[in-house]
Parts: sequence; structure tokens; C-alpha cells
Amino acid sequence: MSDKPAPAFDPRDRAWHPKALVSSYNSTTLRAPSQPLLQMPPTVSEVSGPVFGHTELGALDADMIRNAAVSGDPVGERIVISGRVLDEYARPQANVLIEVWQANAGGRYRHVRDGYLAPLDPNFSGYGRCMTDSEGRYSFRTIRPGPYPFPNNGCSWRPAHVHLSLFGASFAQRLVTQFYFEGDPLIRHCPIVNTISDPKAVSQLVATLDMDSQVEFDSLAYRFDIVLRGRNGTWFEEGRS
Amino acid sequence: MNLKKTMKETPSQTAGPYVHIGTLPSVAGIYVPTHDTPANTGLEGGTPIIIKGTIRDGGGELAKDAMVEIWQANAGGSYGPGRTGWARSHTDFGTGEFRFETMKPGTAGGQAPHVTFMIFARGINLHLHTRMYFADETDANAADPLLNLIADTDRRDTLIASPDPESNNTWRFDVVLQGEGETVFLDI
Repeated sequence: MSDKPAPAFDPRDRAWHPKALVSSYNSTTLRAPSQPLLQMPPTVSEVSGPVFGHTELGALDADMIRNAAVSGDPVGERIVISGRVLDEYARPQANVLIEVWQANAGGRYRHVRDGYLAPLDPNFSGYGRCMTDSEGRYSFRTIRPGPYPFPNNGCSWRPAHVHLSLFGASFAQRLVTQFYFEGDPLIRHCPIVNTISDPKAVSQLVATLDMDSQVEFDSLAYRFDIVLRGRNGTWFEEGRS
Repeated sequence: MNLKKTMKETPSQTAGPYVHIGTLPSVAGIYVPTHDTPANTGLEGGTPIIIKGTIRDGGGELAKDAMVEIWQANAGGSYGPGRTGWARSHTDFGTGEFRFETMKPGTAGGQAPHVTFMIFARGINLHLHTRMYFADETDANAADPLLNLIADTDRRDTLIASPDPESNNTWRFDVVLQGEGETVFLDI
């Protein structure tokens, strides 16, 4: 047994992440904690985490064009999203479960609580999942979601976006985020995007058009790389904290 | 080994009110036959328990659109294997209550028995992380490194679940996001 401290995680850079309380995003005003967070070095409870297997995924989970199709393909711009999941030390993250959800091409969610007037698409659910390979690569196919309005100090608009939820090897790496599309003029008007102060951090959420990865005469492609927290070493002994 | 941080963590964004589509599709009204994310940790051995609770905002309203995950050790204090020990639930659209079925955890890494909670919802820009401890573990709680970082006993008590007087082996963990009785949230 070594006397070196167990490699764990540094605290998150909370100036890079969105602030909790941002008055221009109304929903934060009563949901943001008012007390400072309690900081503590990670323990086995955070360095461990649930491990998901590739076998849990359904055959069409990563194909959102087909996984809810009833009578044909969904309406909208066909796109392939791909990228790599790395950690802060640029190490590829294998076997990361990525859960995906989004609105349809008209900006409507297939959700019992969404009443936006744009119609549902009978061939699209907006649900997907994929997992990274041994080199941290992932890919899924979908249609480009539409923008939509939401009540927020009047009416605000969301730029086209896709929600992602990620599980790394440690629960401390847990991340839920959204990505946007290069060139969308609504990005700068979005109060949810603007909960992030640093424009460089915002740009990290913008997927870039990737012409080389297009599927000819079929789909455009976007690239979105994701960075999870990284352990500041290479080993961890269970029970040490 | 000389490790150097060269990348910034991808910034978080709120899970939003439609989080269920990707995480609990049946709750959104989507049937995915291959999707299985039970509100049960799948643990075996030990004392079966139910964990119930609500999430209240700074105005006293119940958050009825949240997704909640737990992660815990088994009765022997070990984590895993696989996803065993992890479960996901949501605050019910009607009652606002989340509910998990699990086993009471044991002591892990010199810490009192506890369950890690992560809360995702509209208006929460970076998920909130907290822990639930058990009121009947008085001695272990008194020695717990995390609980001992909280000087104010009222605040410390926000992390300690109480037995539900109406049902056996049921623990209530009510979370307050903001204001009076605000739950202690963690940056770990």
C-alpha cells in the first residue's frame, strides 16, 4: 500500500459552469441554493459510480431517425452527430453511457407536459442512447431539432439544441448538458446559454459542421467533443478518501 | 507520473422540464421496450428499505419536474458491481414525490451509511449533489467526516432522513432547494 494520496478529482471550476442564480433565466430564482456548497475531497462514494454495459442498449437506440418510426422517416434535416469523450487530461473515456433527448424538427417535444402548438411527428420520439468505444468515440443519427419558445419573463426562444446526459466511470464525473449548432443566431439570445459567463465556455457547447463526415446524398454531420472531469492520477484504493 | 490538465470540463446546462424523454421515457409517454431504469437499486442482502421524499423550492412549492438519481454501497459497504446500487426516479407530476426501493447501505470508506443523491431539473443549471444519512445511525453519524464539516446542527440535520411513522422501513428525505431549511449541497 502506497502512502501517496489517492488520485481523485479537483473541485469543479464553477466560474466555467453556469451560475446557479441568473435572474434572466426565471426558473433559477427559486431553485438556486442560497448557501455556499460544502466542499470536500472525493471519497469512495464519488470515485465509484454505476457501470453500464453495451448490451443494455437497444439495437436502434443510437438511430433516432428509426427508433420511433411508425410509417416512415421523421420530417426534418437528417444529421449525424459524432465526437469523442475525453477527460480534462485529454484521456479518452471508454464505455461512457450517453443519453440523448430533443425536440422534433418543429420544436415540439414528445412529452406529456409539452403543449407547444407545433405538431408531434408520428415517426420521432426524440429519445436516444449510445456509448463510447474504447477510444472514447460516440455517434448517433437524428434530425435537427427546431427552435421553440418558452415562458421566461415573457417569451424567450431556445436555439436548436440536443440534451445529453453522461456517465463516466465515477459518479463525480456525472454531467448533463446541451449542445447547440454552429451559426445559429438564437444562441446569443438564449437566457439558458447566457447562464454561462465565459464566451469560451459557451463555444465549447457548439457542435461544428463536419462536411468530411457527411453521408453523401443522405445526411449532414456535426462534431461535438465532450470533456468530463478527470482523476488527477491513475489509481484509487477502495476505502481511502 | 506528470499529469497536466489541458482541457476544460464541458459546461453543464439545465436538464430542463423534458428530462424524462431521455432518462425515463415511459414517464414522458414514450414506450422503449429495451429501456430499463428502475427506481430500484437492484441490491440484495440486508434490510430492504423505501426512500421517499419531495423537493421544495424557495417559495415553498414542490418541484414536480425533477429527475433524481441515487448511488449507494450495499449492506456490506461495497459499491457495485455494474450499476447495482444506482437507481433513478422522478418527482411525480401530481404528488411531487420521488420513491426508491433499495437496501440499507453499510459503512463505506470510514463513513456513516449514506446514499448519494443527484438532482436534475429545470432551473438547476448544474445538477445538485447531496447525501442522505439515517437518523438511527447516531454513533456513525457523529463520527462521519462529511457531517462533521457542518458546524450548524440545523443544517447538518438537513442530510438526515427520518423514519416514516406510517410505514415500516421507509425513510423520508425531503429536499429544500433554497431558503429556510435549505438542504446542504455538496461540491465534491
